Amino acid sequence: MDTRVHDDPSHAGTASSVAGAREAIPISLIINGRQRHFAIEPWVTLLDLLREQEHLTGTKKGCDHGQCGACTVLIEGKRINSCLVLAVSRDGAQVTTIEGLADGDRLHPLQQAFVEHDALQCGYCTPGQICSAQGLINEGHASSGNEVRELMSGNLCRCGAYTNIAAAIMEVLDKDGAP
Amino acid sequence: MNRFSYVRAAGVPEAVHEGSAKHVRFLAGGTNLIDLMKENVERPERLVDINRLPLNKIEDLEGGGLRLGALVTNADTAYDPRVDRRYPLLASAILAGASPQLRNAATNGGNLNQRTRCYYFYDPATACNKRDPGSGCGAIGGVNRIHAILGASDQCIATHPSDMCVALAALDAEVRVTGPDGDRVIPLTEYHRLPGDEPWRDNYLRPGELVTAIDLPAEDFTSHYTYLKLRDRLSYAFALVSVAVVMRLDGDLIREARIALGGVAHKPWRSPVAESGLAGERASRANFIAAAHALTEGAVGQGDNDFKIELARRAIVRALEQAAAGTPQSQTDKRVL
Repeated sequence: MDTRVHDDPSHAGTASSVAGAREAIPISLIINGRQRHFAIEPWVTLLDLLREQEHLTGTKKGCDHGQCGACTVLIEGKRINSCLVLAVSRDGAQVTTIEGLADGDRLHPLQQAFVEHDALQCGYCTPGQICSAQGLINEGHASSGNEVRELMSGNLCRCGAYTNIAAAIMEVLDKDGAP
Repeated sequence: MNRFSYVRAAGVPEAVHEGSAKHVRFLAGGTNLIDLMKENVERPERLVDINRLPLNKIEDLEGGGLRLGALVTNADTAYDPRVDRRYPLLASAILAGASPQLRNAATNGGNLNQRTRCYYFYDPATACNKRDPGSGCGAIGGVNRIHAILGASDQCIATHPSDMCVALAALDAEVRVTGPDGDRVIPLTEYHRLPGDEPWRDNYLRPGELVTAIDLPAEDFTSHYTYLKLRDRLSYAFALVSVAVVMRLDGDLIREARIALGGVAHKPWRSPVAESGLAGERASRANFIAAAHALTEGAVGQGDNDFKIELARRAIVRALEQAAAGTPQSQTDKRVL
């Protein structure tokens, strides 16, 4: 494994502290509301850090090339492909994964809507779909079904549950009265 | 991915200094670079992370233009109210490209500098003069459905994949760069190269030079414009052919028309002959067909992509009709009207 946990929070990343580093670099991230510290090699992606360091395996590695959207997480509330982000480059960022959406045992409205609309079959793409949908809601550029489908096109579903995925997202959008 | 060292540039001078060394790449959004590193196409010895540099603003220019910082994301650019209101062609083209996730990470500077999506360039097991100079071109005589029909050479038939740059070419944008020898401004239309006999060079940036901003001139193309993108699926795919048009009309007389093609060459493709041929003429289908032929003058198919020549001509005519009618292509409702 390329990463190891770093417990010393004094290693806040600064320009000078990382100059020329080829070995592990200290960074901190706020992951699902918890401050976490790491010492990681610069080639570790955010996806690998989440899965292998934090054991947050809800975020999936699908294509690992930014083509499928299974690795979608939110950084500062914006959805991105975590497979194409080097973790060192996001030092200090707030990251939200699928594990951070529910409120204890109470499902997030998108999770509830996906269940009610049967918006999945195998479920592999679902965490990415839901994080992406939360990003879509945060962005506020979609209200019609056409807009939801266009702005969810970065998330592929091999099972073809698209109709129900769009319906689930539309229901949450309508309940929010947004945007 | 190969092993590399990493430095976070604290300022532009430090970035330029670091970037001037060999085998170094600037890291911005990383959506193309990290992918290419995973494929072993890019194997930098060092990454210079420029994400903390103060190049992340969109600013009004004196005289009414707009300056897009190199580190502003594609999404923040497309949804900026000033861009949306004053440069709707640009917003439309950006939203035609990639996915929301990618647009949230990809930057304006990175969009300019992204590499071709030629399958041979991406596959180190094959010949590619762009990736491995002198090794040959697998695409010539190979599978070349997505490849160039204009401006190609006998060494490379790759295309530039950007949508954003096609709009920037039509808008006569300028690229601001800084480097070891100071600052300079490069017209967008002269920023990217044709492959010629140095296909490994995508653009005219010199070693160490860093894109700092893209300037949009103060011109009003808010009434007659369109970005028409044709591809194998309706969303989240690169263009087979795309057309950006901006136009100024007096009644049905064309005062000025600019047409840029994407997906067909190593750079956004414009033709002074085609554009001057429209100036002063009526906005008629016959004149649009003539412009389409002028713009695709010299087009050559490679076999699989022969269809692109006629597709490009028809797309040009349709885009000119959309722009003249003031009915730009919707990027949500994909029907081509």
